[in-house]
Amino acid sequence: MGTNLSGKAVIAGIGATRFGTLPGRTTISMNVEAIRKALNDAGIEKDAVDALYVKCPTSKFEMMYGQRIAEAIGLQPRIGGVWDSGGSSNVIMISQAIMAIEAGQCEIAVVTFADNPKSGSAAGYSHPRGEDALYGWFAVLSSYAMIARRHMGELGTPREALGAVAVAARRHGAQNPNAQLRKPLALDEYMDMPPMVAPFGRDDCTLVSDGAAAVVVMSTERARKMGVPKPVPVLGFGFGQTGWDVTQRPDMTSTQAKVAGETAFKMAGLKPKDMNVAQIYDCFTITALMTLEDYGFARKGQIADFVKGGNIEIGGELPINTSGGLLSETGMPGMQLIHEGVRQMRGDAALQVKDAKHCIISNQGGVMHTHAALILGQ
Amino acid sequence: MNTTVQTKPKAMLPDPDINEVSKPYWDALKKGKLTFQHCRKCGNNWLPARGECPKCLEADWAWHDASGKAKLISWVVFHRAFHPAFEDRLPYNVAVVELVEGPRMITNIVVEDAEKLVIDQPLTFMPAEEQGHGIARFRPV
Ligand SMILES: [Zn+2]
Repeated sequence: MGTNLSGKAVIAGIGATRFGTLPGRTTISMNVEAIRKALNDAGIEKDAVDALYVKCPTSKFEMMYGQRIAEAIGLQPRIGGVWDSGGSSNVIMISQAIMAIEAGQCEIAVVTFADNPKSGSAAGYSHPRGEDALYGWFAVLSSYAMIARRHMGELGTPREALGAVAVAARRHGAQNPNAQLRKPLALDEYMDMPPMVAPFGRDDCTLVSDGAAAVVVMSTERARKMGVPKPVPVLGFGFGQTGWDVTQRPDMTSTQAKVAGETAFKMAGLKPKDMNVAQIYDCFTITALMTLEDYGFARKGQIADFVKGGNIEIGGELPINTSGGLLSETGMPGMQLIHEGVRQMRGDAALQVKDAKHCIISNQGGVMHTHAALILGQ
Repeated sequence: MNTTVQTKPKAMLPDPDINEVSKPYWDALKKGKLTFQHCRKCGNNWLPARGECPKCLEADWAWHDASGKAKLISWVVFHRAFHPAFEDRLPYNVAVVELVEGPRMITNIVVEDAEKLVIDQPLTFMPAEEQGHGIARFRPV
């Protein structure tokens, strides 16, 4: 057992571009804007930054992309580069930055992500699947739909439970001025929607969005010395992964959110019932349901009872995705959830959960291949 | 104004990526035979084709004939085509099945109404052909 880093580091600043369609912007330009705003939010000069962790744009991989960002912001970091584990990357990079800071390898880290699949190419999201192309096996969304069908068949999960996730995200996103999709969704509208890849329809699926978001990470001590105005302590983090593709995964209805969540809760010395708000990766509705189950908010197969009746909406027991998540705010893979967690802990969210003291954030990548959990406090 | 009626050429299906390791699998399928890889070191059975056993990492394996018996792990029904070649097949299903010997694979279930399928229901192998390649479909028992 190593040193417990709970509360040793903070998210000192957050910054983002607009979300939606940003034609003509390169991912480099968007990253720079997000970093500039995050540094301003933390109230620090860029020269204090000595680590730069970058998630490569999902729609276009580029060698040495992290170094291109460093050049664009005129930085000579001690640690810098790209980490790729899909949508879990941002929480993992923040956690790795905290470990590196604690080990004395750097002092102030910027973690950043940008992509432009909406105005650029989104082909990366729907390519034919290698050997299985002749069977008509396409698109990431059908892998998630495959998991959803198994969950429904094996555990009796009704479509209404999937719908509750979409309804919550859309209700919250409608009240977020920066959200890409601000049209609320009623549960009966969800139930009547035509299928796209059954059991999924359009409203089960992530938005496709351009945009960038960055955070600044430093030690709690350093933030105090620098007079950072609104530092938010990181109380826990944890990770978990499976190598198996969905088609090969022995247990299709559990995810590595379980081990990631357990690790983060243990580090923070907290339990699911201590969470007042949650930002749960909702690339597809099933993802959020299974993450909540695996974090221990409901027993396996009983998630429908937990999410019904507005329990995961503002005013409920555990409001999730209070700025709209991937289903309503932006399809960005995860950093927007971290930003909203920070705002909730600062108490200045557009849709603030009253007296919220703890927030758990999930990030996940591939088709539930990789998972990372982050617990923020005050 | 050009009044000539032009018929759109039929879109080709995307060809599967076949490599040196998987070629025997595709050759057998073309003859209507479903095969899988069996590890001679640890007894593990698997698909799709790999150079090494994912359990013991050894490369000492052989192709075995499948019995054709399987069960339905899960399935989806496409109501939208993500490739033009599938436009006139909508709606069509894609399933994950588990052979009784252990390997899991992607397939299509030959069935009237895929929404009436049931998780874990027994299936049997049905050889088929697409665009010059043998493929493995399944039907309910
Ligand atoms: Zn073996």
